[in-house]
Amino acid sequence: MTYEAGNYDIIVIGAGHAGCEAALAAARMGCETLLLTINLDMVAFMPCNPSIGGPAKGHVVREIDALGGEMGRNIDKTYIQMRMLNTGKGPAVHALRAQADKFLYQHMMKKTIEETPRLTLRQGMAEELLVEDGACTGLVTKTGAIYRAKSVVLTTGTYLRGKIIMGELIYESGPNNQQPSVKLSESLRELGFDLVRFKTGTPPRVHKDTIDFDKTEIQPGDVKPKFFSYETLYADNEQLPCWLTYTSAETHQIINDNLHRAPMFSGAIEGTGPRYCPSIEDKIVRFADKPKHQIFLEPEGKQTSEYYVQGLSTSMPEDVQLKILRSIPGLERVEMMRNGYAIEYDAVVPTQLWPTLETKRVPYLFTAGQINGTSGYEEAAGQGIMAGINAACKVLGKDPVVLERSQGYIGVMIDDLVTKGTNDPYRLLTSRAEYRLLLRHDNADMRLTPLGYQLGLISEERHGKFLVKRERVQQEIERLKSVKIKPDEPIQSMLQGLGSAPITQTSDALSLLRRPEVTYAHLEPLIPSPLELTDEMKEQVEIQIKYAGYIEKQLLQVERMSKMEKKKIPANIDYADVRGLASEARQKLTEIRPLSIGQASRIGGVTPADISILLVYMEHHNRVVAARG
Amino acid sequence: MILDTIAAISTAVGEGGIAVIRVSGVEAVPAVERMFRSKSKLGEVESHTVHYGRIVDPQTGEAIEEVLVTVMRGPRSFTAEDVVEISTHGGFISVKQVLDLVLRQPGLRAAEPGEFTRRAFLNGRIDLTQAEAVMDLIRAKSDRASAIALKQVDGRLARMIQGLRGELIELLAHIEVNIDYPEHDVEAMTADYIRTQCGKVISRVDELLRTANEGKILREGITTAIVGRPNVGKSSLLNALAQDNRAIVTDIPGTTRDVIEEYVTVGGIPLKLLDTAGIRETLDTVEQIGVARSRAAIVDADLILFVLSAGNALHEDERELLAQLRSRQCIVILNKSDLPRRLELEQVLEQMPEPQLVQMSVLQEQGLEQLGDAIRTIFFAGELESADLTYVSNARHIALLKQAKAAAADAIDAADAGIPIDLIQIDVRTAWERLGEINGENAGDSLIDQIFSQFCLGK
Repeated sequence: MTYEAGNYDIIVIGAGHAGCEAALAAARMGCETLLLTINLDMVAFMPCNPSIGGPAKGHVVREIDALGGEMGRNIDKTYIQMRMLNTGKGPAVHALRAQADKFLYQHMMKKTIEETPRLTLRQGMAEELLVEDGACTGLVTKTGAIYRAKSVVLTTGTYLRGKIIMGELIYESGPNNQQPSVKLSESLRELGFDLVRFKTGTPPRVHKDTIDFDKTEIQPGDVKPKFFSYETLYADNEQLPCWLTYTSAETHQIINDNLHRAPMFSGAIEGTGPRYCPSIEDKIVRFADKPKHQIFLEPEGKQTSEYYVQGLSTSMPEDVQLKILRSIPGLERVEMMRNGYAIEYDAVVPTQLWPTLETKRVPYLFTAGQINGTSGYEEAAGQGIMAGINAACKVLGKDPVVLERSQGYIGVMIDDLVTKGTNDPYRLLTSRAEYRLLLRHDNADMRLTPLGYQLGLISEERHGKFLVKRERVQQEIERLKSVKIKPDEPIQSMLQGLGSAPITQTSDALSLLRRPEVTYAHLEPLIPSPLELTDEMKEQVEIQIKYAGYIEKQLLQVERMSKMEKKKIPANIDYADVRGLASEARQKLTEIRPLSIGQASRIGGVTPADISILLVYMEHHNRVVAARG
Repeated sequence: MILDTIAAISTAVGEGGIAVIRVSGVEAVPAVERMFRSKSKLGEVESHTVHYGRIVDPQTGEAIEEVLVTVMRGPRSFTAEDVVEISTHGGFISVKQVLDLVLRQPGLRAAEPGEFTRRAFLNGRIDLTQAEAVMDLIRAKSDRASAIALKQVDGRLARMIQGLRGELIELLAHIEVNIDYPEHDVEAMTADYIRTQCGKVISRVDELLRTANEGKILREGITTAIVGRPNVGKSSLLNALAQDNRAIVTDIPGTTRDVIEEYVTVGGIPLKLLDTAGIRETLDTVEQIGVARSRAAIVDADLILFVLSAGNALHEDERELLAQLRSRQCIVILNKSDLPRRLELEQVLEQMPEPQLVQMSVLQEQGLEQLGDAIRTIFFAGELESADLTYVSNARHIALLKQAKAAAADAIDAADAGIPIDLIQIDVRTAWERLGEINGENAGDSLIDQIFSQFCLGK
């Protein structure tokens, strides 16, 4: 029996990292929103590593926060270690990474969701999508509840036809032995979606009291932690260290001796695994000459003794896993609390999506997160917030929001997915961004907070602070352009102390600050600013001045490319009617249906000549339309 | 991309005595003005006027060509943009040199196939009804251009570029892994390493460019001299090679008659034959030849085909030449091997202990294949050392090589200045991308593929 269970503006199916951001964004933008999850205890669950951030991923968290999303605030509340990585490199790749108290992380996110107006959190398993006149209008759950909505966002993670594999053991399951979602996958197939089979995996967890930490190296957090959210001004969580050890020759021997039992090599796994996250057996086979691999031991929370064994993702049988663990220095007497496993799941081929993350096949249906072929909490959350925003915009009759590749890693990721698709679970890397220097950790607010404010996701108060920051930074840069520094004793001895060449004549502060070894902090005592500047503002001033040459070069590239991005391709274009396109280009363009010439130019197999032809065709088309009035 | 300033040779190559280089876009006038020495200032002249002057390399001051320059300001031009046309009366070499110089100007790039026409259309200069014709033209030109481009990239050049790119991408992957996996136990990237790798790239690109700069090599070919005494069969060999390959006999303009060069391929290897005119002359004036003439050719050659007649005893001149050629890349051809043998091989071996020896009878068409094998042995065994072995002749390739070199030099400067590696990466990547454009290889995801195949990463 089915029954009518309620009407909403937006329903989000799945309460993982994508679903939470999608639901929060939609509700905060004013939409009545339902967040449906198979298990209420699994909201914002971290089925794999208990950490958030790192290069590119940390940048995404900053972008989510700059847009008014939750992930940054939530990890700031629940971190048990904070580290800024890459501090020895340029500002563009400084990356914050936190170890999370994964249980507290869930609780705090659930609390936020429960307290958010217009947002309903419900337990239930969606089994069928309702489609009327080609548009998605709701869903039916396993218990017969019919929920109706104007837009639906699917964020199913690894639940779709999930299958856990470990040695000879294979069973249907979602992550961490949750119920898998089988019927929903069938529903998608029936609607005509192309699905692919992907695979990921997780390492075993071990008991803290059975680790001999003396045989490992300590990896402490930063003494003065920074935070993900621009709103977090202060937090003083007690930090726990991580620990580093290595695999041994014995580890490699055990794995080699048991390869015949590894599903990776026996053919039991059909899904494509992520290249950047291979299992330990995969690493040892592919990099046979590497004598040892790093293993990080990471605490999973304050109220638990479980430690995550990073570097040891595996789908070996349980008995082999235990042997492997005990061959590692420091883990000789370790107790394994949970085994590692591989999990296969269905994902939607992401070229079936518009850059808004709405599906081309079924209007009003959006997908975000692992279902789109990505991997990682941050990648999921970044898509989640965009899917939530666009689902809300569609319901509210507002223009869709698509981030450019020059605006954020989120823009890079979504453009990559919908334009090129992906052959294996997609992970963000800083090298995927062509404008890496513009997409910095430090300037996410400059890039995205005005947009977040415009969407109603950033409070007036926060926006006000942001405007002050932006203005002061500009004022200070202007001031430094005009400040002259005479070659007197204080400046010369400061430069000498830094091993920097003395100045021979009066210089401006700007050119001094461009020297790699001179920082704002060095100059500050000599030419104190009349403005009240926070550390963040000073950092902005310094980066914008020091790297101005590189930044301008990239801005120029962005400007050149933006002319291509601004040339919109009409939605009703019929590529069969465009003479002279190469057949590969015609097929790809028909499939992807790019929105702009810029997007079209990034499709593999579309050549500059095809773009030329397309431009001529569009011009012809426009003139014909204009001529007809 | 849509509004860049573009340039290309707009007359059909090899047809007519005048070649025209067309430049279109906002940078057209200032770019040409920088390299134009004339009474007229192009920036100030009236539209649709023609000016006489010389094209001079603004960096070296070297005069390249006398030209007529026509300025047509937009919108009254073919593309409706500012257009400058440079008419050169010289041959193919100087046209390419001028184009090379134009393409080196900041903000300019080579036009894509059909791009002038596309712009003309997009800017309303071509009638609406012509749209389909324009699209067909772009397609046709593009297909032809890619076919030509494929031919233009010599196999060896392509391999060298691939080699260079291979090293750069390893460097890039290494930098990226340091950035994206900062806690991973891979060796940290150092400025020293970047300097070494980029230095290598620069010196190899320099080698490539050297041949280009000399303007000597416009087509592929091992510079080859056919030498030997009169009547040993040099001219028959030449004719056999030329016939066998239906060789294009090119009379490169600007060169004098007596150093005409011909191009043939033997066993798939292109040869540039030196002093073929001299060999031909011997047909008429048999006694007029000379070892002297052969000696002159030997100096310039990378490969020497020394023809001996099996039917004659070794002459004193030949003995002397053999001794001279001992340390050179030389193939000794025993021609007329069908005649009764009068030549004693020991005498040859005395002068040249380990010769590449090929028995031939040119008249009977025997031995050509063996000659090809012998050349190939030398060629692929890498015994042949020559600046001429890399054949960069295309103006676009030259421009790209120079850009790649400049980017590698920027990377070194940045490393010296203590700039962080993620910024140096921008320059390294530029060098890698420019080199890739020569081979038509696009960046795509290959860097990411490289990262994961080169390093063992994972959680």
